[in-house]
Amino acid sequence: MASRLMALWQWFDARMPTVGQEYRKHLTEYYAPKNFNFWYYFGSLAMLVLVIQIVSGIFLTMNYKPDAALAFGSVEYIMRDVPGGWIIRYVHSTGASAFFLVVYLHMFRALLYGSYRQPRELLWIFGVLIYLCLMGEAFFGYLLPWGQMSFWGAQVIVNLFDSIPFIGPDVALWLRGDYVVSDATLNRFFAFHVIAIPLVLLGLVVVHLLALHDVGSNNPDGIEIKKKKDASGKPLDGIPFHPYYTVKDIVGVVVFLAIFCLVMFFIPNMGGYFLEANNFIPADALKTPAHIAPLWYFTPYYSMLRSVPPLFLSQFPGVMVMGLAVLILFFLPWLDRSPVKSIRYRGGLYKTALGVFVIVFLILGYLGTVPTNVWGQFGPWLGEADRGTVVARICTTLYFLFFILMPWYTRIDKTKPVPERVTM
Amino acid sequence: MSDQKQPDKMRRNLVVATSVLGGAATAGAAVPFVASMLPSERAKAAGAPVEIDISKLAPGELGIFEWRGKPVWVMKRTKQMLEDIKKDNSVVADPKSDVPQQPDYARNEYRSIKPELMVLVGVCTHLGCSPQKKSAEDKGEMGEAWNGGFYCPCHGSKFDYAGRVYKGVPAPTNLVVPPYEFLSDSTLIIGKDTKGA
Repeated sequence: MASRLMALWQWFDARMPTVGQEYRKHLTEYYAPKNFNFWYYFGSLAMLVLVIQIVSGIFLTMNYKPDAALAFGSVEYIMRDVPGGWIIRYVHSTGASAFFLVVYLHMFRALLYGSYRQPRELLWIFGVLIYLCLMGEAFFGYLLPWGQMSFWGAQVIVNLFDSIPFIGPDVALWLRGDYVVSDATLNRFFAFHVIAIPLVLLGLVVVHLLALHDVGSNNPDGIEIKKKKDASGKPLDGIPFHPYYTVKDIVGVVVFLAIFCLVMFFIPNMGGYFLEANNFIPADALKTPAHIAPLWYFTPYYSMLRSVPPLFLSQFPGVMVMGLAVLILFFLPWLDRSPVKSIRYRGGLYKTALGVFVIVFLILGYLGTVPTNVWGQFGPWLGEADRGTVVARICTTLYFLFFILMPWYTRIDKTKPVPERVTM
Repeated sequence: MSDQKQPDKMRRNLVVATSVLGGAATAGAAVPFVASMLPSERAKAAGAPVEIDISKLAPGELGIFEWRGKPVWVMKRTKQMLEDIKKDNSVVADPKSDVPQQPDYARNEYRSIKPELMVLVGVCTHLGCSPQKKSAEDKGEMGEAWNGGFYCPCHGSKFDYAGRVYKGVPAPTNLVVPPYEFLSDSTLIIGKDTKGA
């Protein structure tokens, strides 16, 4: 039997050697540093969630109707009448939040170990593009259930484009395809969500991986394993991705899926963070819900948008701040001037800066989920300003200072000597 | 032999010209796709002007009508309300309506064609929520300076009975006055005017 299979493989390999070559290049002969730790689970987990989203998404489209009159009902139909429909929808909605959680941790890993540094700038840029695509995917997808939050969320976000000077109103009209968010908007968002963005996303994932495999993985020590090779040209500190890291990643997958199932079966709404209560009310163009908040993964940016006061009679500055907060990530590889990559060998300045950055990101994230008057107002000495808004302004400033001051504090930071070989 | 060393100028120019033409053709081919995302003829028709009968509106009652899927507010303002609007001049951000949030014929003290008849698009200029009417009696909730107007529940913006935005709230500009004109004393048409555009 085994020899029959072997013969079959040889027959195939003789006719299409590419498959075997690529398998070796990207799996059995791709040498990854042997000192990967916990933080290196999230790349493979992100790929797993991508597959989960594509599969569950395909099955959802079999029953969903992208029509303003039918959409809300078709989602309820999926939840109540389609056999197993509820589980497929909860897989998809939990998957959306899981995707962002995994991607945020994956990005944080890059900040910890300097994985965006030379020669991995392109790898990082493709990663940020993937993040942008994910945001688009999440935004377009959120309109589809056609609930109150879907509708007013889309209304607020499309209105952001409205505030661009001169061309804004025309751009917003073009995006909506109508004077208000309507059936035309729903129909095109469906097209973006199920085919346009996923295609781009898949392409970006491919180039992200190709870029990674060209330069090789970074590691918690932030040193290049390709500098020390044995006689046969293999990195001394590298081990083949398959079977070593495929086995390691399976452990991560099992733990991840256990948590995923726990959420999906017992707390799919996550107390309003994964699915909002107001979204179980059909969209109504003449009635705004009392409190509008995006889902948790957008709230840090939403906080920034809300905290910036209008300037020259326009909301545009807030919109610009929000956009820049994401776009500034592209410049990270050139802002970091430290002689070392990994946080293990960096000094107190970078560690403090990164700590502050994480804290302000979390505070902004929290503030974005609640009304601005959540902490009451300051006294007359501060013009009775909402405490939440003032805190959000301070946090927004600190968020940008992390990037703007980076060339300075990373250069003067005291660093420790970096070892020649990886440490375990 | 010498021909092979130097690139053929004629051929290179042809390659450049073909590429430029191909690029132009691609850009041209994109036009129908981009255009297909503009409002369709049906959407434009639905955005057509609407006629409103105001004969049944009591003074001070807020009538809500739908135009282009947005709420349009029509209200016959009382004498008292018109007095109150004058008092608001010091608390609103743009008392003279300098920002073009209204057709030229509504750029006046009351932001309307006839002083007593208010016509506004009931959509907050901050991020598009629909504000609620709060009368002058709601001082307890709205503060002592409140003379009646509209309050947005989303982010707390305040407007007076002329749709003028208060200072220090998130909304940057006054509420929009839609283009409109009177067909008779009791009917008006929203979305169409012969004087303006």
